Amino acid sequence: MTPLRDDAIARLRAVAEQPDLSATRYELRELLGRGGMGAVFAAFDRELGRTVALKVISTAAETPANAARLRREAQILGHLEHPNIIPVHDVGILSDGRSFYTMKLVQGRRLDEHLQEGLVIAGRLQIFERICDALAFAHARGVVHRDLKPANIMVGPFGEVLVLDWGVAKTGIEPTHQTEKRFGPVPPSGLSGAGSIVGTVGFMSPEQAVGDPDVDARSDIHALGAMLRLMLESPGHGDERGQVPRRQRPLAAIADRALSTLPEARYQTVLELAEDLVRFRDGLPVQAYRENLLERFMRISARYKLPLALIVGYMLMRLLLLLMAPG
Amino acid sequence: MRERAFGTLVAIYWKPLYKYIRFRWNLGHEDGEDLTQEFFRLAFEKAWLSRYDPALARFRTFVRTCVDRHVSNWRRAERRTKRGGAFAMVSMDFDLAAREFQDGAPAPDCDVEAVFQAEWVRAVFELAIARLRVECEASGKEQPFALFMRHDVEGGQRDDRPSYGDLAREFSLPQTQVNNFLALARRRFRHHVLAALAELTGNQEEYAEAVRDLLGTAAR
Repeated sequence: MTPLRDDAIARLRAVAEQPDLSATRYELRELLGRGGMGAVFAAFDRELGRTVALKVISTAAETPANAARLRREAQILGHLEHPNIIPVHDVGILSDGRSFYTMKLVQGRRLDEHLQEGLVIAGRLQIFERICDALAFAHARGVVHRDLKPANIMVGPFGEVLVLDWGVAKTGIEPTHQTEKRFGPVPPSGLSGAGSIVGTVGFMSPEQAVGDPDVDARSDIHALGAMLRLMLESPGHGDERGQVPRRQRPLAAIADRALSTLPEARYQTVLELAEDLVRFRDGLPVQAYRENLLERFMRISARYKLPLALIVGYMLMRLLLLLMAPG
Repeated sequence: MRERAFGTLVAIYWKPLYKYIRFRWNLGHEDGEDLTQEFFRLAFEKAWLSRYDPALARFRTFVRTCVDRHVSNWRRAERRTKRGGAFAMVSMDFDLAAREFQDGAPAPDCDVEAVFQAEWVRAVFELAIARLRVECEASGKEQPFALFMRHDVEGGQRDDRPSYGDLAREFSLPQTQVNNFLALARRRFRHHVLAALAELTGNQEEYAEAVRDLLGTAAR
């Protein structure tokens, strides 16, 4: 046998990592992505005639703890049925002994890639509000995501927004609203990684960064603030990268409040944050920003553009008639 | 702590060590061959490898350290090991290894650790392919093996890798059968890779580390 060349070795590595789907209803398609613990493949569901995303633990990360973590992630997703949270279809163990679950295959792009298009602010806020909806729902079920970042948000071709990767989510926190009964029991708690440092630098809250085991929904609010900041400062929107236009200073203030170092200084719920965004969109003053007289005038002018234009037009017409009147 | 399978260990390590000796110690083919054979003979007789302590280093690093000591002693003694005493447990094609070394000689300034690691990965995969071949031939599954070689091994060495459709035509099989045969061969290949690693390693932690080293950087 001739010696294996480097490109053959790379291929064989991928082959050896492929999940054994022989005893399942799925046919392997292609590798979609690889993370620290697992890999996600596209797989065809022969029973339902559709392609799904199949997440499986990498061989290198195959431990009982990681298997339990993957199953728990699937269970959490199973409990979080929401239009903006990736739906899970199936969970099980493959013939090769590895745990897996299948979920909806999202044909879209990650938020960080999507932002490169230079969307207008209204489009960005629409996406952000949907992320807030998903998080408000999860928090109401007692689940904190703990790894919110643009790479974990998918934006579909028809504007669908889905929050992914709940692998390090913490369950069993105090629900943020009295909605527990309405939504049923919270997902199982246990392997929450309490006390360990999880998350992504740049988005994780200060309390998460020091491994505080008592992080709550306000930790996700910090990550939402970081994402809102990124959305405001991404190219194609601000005057130049890193600068937010004057009219959007209230949005920057909303992000800053969500990013406060102390959890007590942040919005206490995602709904509070979302309400401030709605106020901005409706031309109302936001809680997080104290505007000066000029800014207030500009905001009111923008909000009542049409009535103001009519009044000014009417006044001008009256003035014109007055000047043209004989004698 | 489980027993390492010495035969598997020799089958996987002889070629990486031969190339390592030639590269690291700048020795010729005959010296490299003698030293490799002699190393495994002494390692077996004197149970050198049983002295491995996982708390101190990786097994591969330990093996290299033993080889370095072995070559250093050989140089100090200024004598050559007696030729012709090939280690009988595994056949070692040193002529092939010498050609491989000539063809893919590493640059003088390259990272010895990385070169040794790459050779180790190559040796593990080559052993798994050899075992897969034996298994397929014994069970009348020559076609799955041939498809695997064509698509995943040889195919990986060419820019124009055959599609499943190409393979179906070439092997006169329905495309679904190509799919099934490839899946079967890949499944068994994975089994042989992991089995070889299990035989090579002394405990679960070492095994997990070896799996990470081998597959942790799988192509994306």
